[in-house]
Parts: sequence; structure tokens; C-alpha cells
Amino acid sequence: MTADPIIPSTGRTRLAAAGARAVTEEALRGGQTRDRLTSALFLSMLLLGVSVALLSLAAILVWSIVEGAPRLDLKMITNAPSTLRPHEAGFRTALLGSLLVVGGVIALVVPVGVGAAVYLEEYANRGRWWNRLIELNIQNLAGVPSIVFGILGLAFIVRGPLSLGFVAAAGSLTLALLVLPTVIIAAREAIRAVPPSIREGALALGATRWQTIRRQVLPAAMPGVLTGIILAVARATGEAAPLLLVGAVTFTTVNPSLFDGAYSTLPVQIFNYSNRPQAEFRVLAVAGVIVMLGLVLAMNSFAVWLRNRFEQSW
Amino acid sequence: MRSSNLAASSTGVPISRQSLEASSPRYGEKAIFVFLAACAALSVGVTTAIIISLILPTIDFFGQVSFERFFLDTVWAPRQATGRFGVWPVVVGTLNIVIWALAVAIPVGLASAIYLSEYAGPRVRKVVKPTLEVLAGIPTVAIGLFAFFALRPAAEIALPFLDWSSIFSVGVAGVAVGLMIVPLVASISDDAMRAVPRALREGAYGLGANKLKVSLRVVFPAAMSGIIASIVLAGSRAVGETMVVYIAAGRTPNLTFDPTESVQTMTAYIAGTATGDIPTGTLDYDTIFAVGSLLFVMTLGLNILAIRLVRRFREAYE
Repeated sequence: MTADPIIPSTGRTRLAAAGARAVTEEALRGGQTRDRLTSALFLSMLLLGVSVALLSLAAILVWSIVEGAPRLDLKMITNAPSTLRPHEAGFRTALLGSLLVVGGVIALVVPVGVGAAVYLEEYANRGRWWNRLIELNIQNLAGVPSIVFGILGLAFIVRGPLSLGFVAAAGSLTLALLVLPTVIIAAREAIRAVPPSIREGALALGATRWQTIRRQVLPAAMPGVLTGIILAVARATGEAAPLLLVGAVTFTTVNPSLFDGAYSTLPVQIFNYSNRPQAEFRVLAVAGVIVMLGLVLAMNSFAVWLRNRFEQSW
Repeated sequence: MRSSNLAASSTGVPISRQSLEASSPRYGEKAIFVFLAACAALSVGVTTAIIISLILPTIDFFGQVSFERFFLDTVWAPRQATGRFGVWPVVVGTLNIVIWALAVAIPVGLASAIYLSEYAGPRVRKVVKPTLEVLAGIPTVAIGLFAFFALRPAAEIALPFLDWSSIFSVGVAGVAVGLMIVPLVASISDDAMRAVPRALREGAYGLGANKLKVSLRVVFPAAMSGIIASIVLAGSRAVGETMVVYIAAGRTPNLTFDPTESVQTMTAYIAGTATGDIPTGTLDYDTIFAVGSLLFVMTLGLNILAIRLVRRFREAYE
């Protein structure tokens, strides 16, 4: 061992330095193996968490297919619901009801949702309190439980000011209000992503504000806007709770119409079947779940694909 | 050129100067503006309508049932002749669901978020994140039936020492709600952690920290407000969840914390009572709205808290 130039080389300091070095090395070496162990443990816990989430998704899909497969036939789509003959009962009127209700939702929510998003992004002056109020209000509305929209539908649309009664149009309007914030928020994000230079270019060439929006901004934002609309429609297709309050509970065997007569939708009908004591109805309910999951997941994956496919970086 | 211009103006001949004003009044543009503003204002109208439709019957309700009978009683039996309106059993029912849901969603959601933001490579991320979003998109009726027909029997096999005499179970329903809100926690927390600047991570690595320490001691605390926001938002979603609890947790108002018991939540009460065609103005009808008001206030409070927290993490790093 050579003499250390800084520490005076007395016997005592040499001893102390050697001891300190030993302790440090010991701590470092031991610490490393322990760190490696805890790191591996931590990573495996993270992976466990992720796999719980992914496996539960897989479990829901596999369970529904295994349980519902016996009744997954054409009869269940073409036959009307029945409370007496579980083997003959189907979802026809409920599927038509879903089609009607969701069609209504699309017709209502697309112009209003995109319109509100265009206003907030292109026209609204953020310095004005009412525009900030609208923004905050939309954020809050997105978090209101769906059953509260059912209450609104019952008090305002079925009865009260609009008094439509328990008809499909009331269900449409209720669900449209429910998914409106989803559409607005998605459309705003898509519109915001269009760079200002596009607008400035159009305005400089003499286009009016609306021409700029109509010909430049909206086409550029279209993939994002469509993604939001599809996600909203998927949600409306699977939603049951608010519809329970606005009348979609009846076992209707007649094809529904928009402003007249009883209606039901697919998720509500599934819920009704699952409430029956006979095992056959339970199988039928799960077969309905397969159809519903097929529809909803197809829409969701299309939305994700659309977003990835047309994602533009300016 | 210049002189001729001067000459022209001095002789009083008007120069035709093109106005910068629009050549037409553009009524179409104005009409479109009014339409768009009306669309945006409609959302405020919706909130107003919700509040009005909740408040009016709630006032009627408290005209007939005193505050003490609503908040200080512990029995909820509003449809009986001698109606008892103690709201605690349904509130505690909801609380049960929230506790079980968060007990699942917090560990699973945060583990997924840390994995996605700190450990996963871009390829894994590109597959796992959309797959988690698919879980969020599954209709609640489907999750409810899964909980009732698959999870509940599975729980009985897995935990045979518990008393499974009721076919409904608040614990199982809560776990199912928890699985449903995992993507919410994961996605917002992931966003919050990815918003933490790289420099903070690199500084920690430079000081000799490993990935575990960087994730837990640097990124996690830095993203705390976003993470808490995601949990608050998930809690609010669990409070408002209807179909899963209506199907799997049952319809018996029950002041209990036993996970194998059946309880009634606020949402399940509303869904169960309002499905019949009850006449307007009756006490039954008003009770739905009183419970609805309580539900609305609770979720609104949680949402406002979450919005504030999210805004804080945005301000900090963007």
C-alpha cells in the first residue's frame, strides 16, 4: 500500500481508511444484489397488475362466448321477445329499438356536438366568463352519472316540458345528452390539433371564417372528430341505466317506432332476460351479450384504427 | 406618378380606395355563428335542466319528510306504509362499492400506469394501452352479468370459509366495478407520469438511482396530483355506476360492510324504483329525486376536485 498524499500516514488513519473502504464496499456490493432483487420484484408486481387487467378482459370475452354459444343462432336475431318460450324468444324488437334509438342519437349529437366544439375552438374568446363557464360545464357534465341523465329524461323529456311519453324518441334524446360531452371533448381536441397556419393561409386568400372552418379545419380534423363520434355511439349502444327510467323496459313484441308505442333496446332486453328465473333465459341473455359486445367492440376498434391510421403530425 | 397623384387630389377628383370592410353583410356567417354558439350554450342548458329537474321534487320531498328523518335515521324502507327514509343504508351501500372498487382499481391501475409509462417499450405500449381502453368500453350490463354469473360462483369456490348464503354480493360487485375503472386510473395516471419532464428522470439516474427508485421516488411524487385526480375520478365513476351493482349487489337496503351480503346502492334504488310507471307528485316519485340530488352532489364534488387536480399537473409541466 502506497502512502496517501492527503491523509497523513499514521498507523491510526491507515486503519480508519481501510475500515471505511471495507464498509463502503460491503454496503455497495450487498446493496446491489438487494436492489436487483427488489427491482425484479417490483417489475413482476407491475406485470401482475397489467395481466390482471388484460386477463379480466379476456375472461369476460371467453365467458360470454362459452355461456352464450348454445343460443347464438339466427332465431335469436329474427324472433320477437317472449316471456313464455325461452327457446323461441329472441331480440328482434330490441335490436330494432337499439337501431332506432342510436340512429336518433347520431342525428342529434353530431351537429350539436361538433357545432359546440367549433364554437369553443374557433369563435369563443376565452377571456369572457361565459365561455369559461361553458368549458367548465362540459367537463363537469362528462362526469355526471348516467342514471342522473335518466332522471333528467324522466322529468324533462318523458314528462314535464317536452312530455314525449315513454317512446323511443325520449330514449334517443336522453342518450344524446349523455354522450354529448364525449363528442364535444373529442372534437375540440381534433380541431385544436389543426395548426393555425392552415387557418391563416385560408383567411389570407380571402376565405371567410366559416369557409375556412368548413373547407380547411373540419376536413383536417375529421379523423379525430369521427373517432369521438364512434366512441360516443358505442357508449350509447351499450348504455342501459338511463333507459330504464325513460321507459325502455317493456317486453314489446311489436316493432318500435320513434314517437309511438313501447320500445326496448338490446342492453335493456339482455337485462330483462337475465332477471328471469329459468336457465334458458340466462343463456339467451348471455347470447345477447355476445351480439352487443360484437357491435360495441367492433365500433371501438374501428375508432382506434381510425385514430392511428389518420393520425397526422403537422 | 407621385406628382400626378398629388395633382389628382388637389383638383378634388376622388380616388377610388377599396374598403377593407366586407363587401356584403354576410348574414350567413352571422347565422352560423349564432347556431354554433347555441350548440355550446345547450350544454349549459342541460346542466340547468338537470339541476331544476332534481331540485323541484327534492323540495317537495323535504316538505313531506324532515331532514332528520332523511339523514339521522338508519332504516331505508320508503315504499312501506309506515315509510322510513333513513338514507344511510343506501349511502353505505354505495360506499361499500367504492371501497371494493378502489381496492382493485388503485393497485392494478397504478401498476399498469407505471409499467406503461416507465417500463414498457413503444411497441408493447402501442398494444397494451388500446387493449385497456377496450376494457373501458365494455357495456356495464355485460360486466354486471359477468360478475353475477361468473365472478360470484368463482368467489364462492376461492373463498369457501365465507358465508355465501345470499346470491348477491357487494364485494363481488365492487370488484367488478373496480375492473371497469382500471383503465380510467391507468390512462390518466399514465398521462400524468409521461408529463413529468425527462430531465428529472435523467438527474436521478445521474445520481445513481435505478429504475425502481426513479419510478417510485421521482416520477410518482412528481405526478401525484394527476394520480390522485385519476383515483378521485374513478371513485366518482364507482359512485355513479348503476347496472353492475343493480345486477350483482342486489336490491336489499342493508347497513353492513360484509362483502358477501346484498346491499342497495343509491343508483340501484333509483333504477329499481323508477322502472315502474310511478305517477308524478307522489312521495315515491319525489324520493327518487331526493336520492338523485344526493348522488349528483357527491359526484359533482368529486369531479370538481379531480378537474382542479388535473389542471394543477398540467400547469406544472406544460
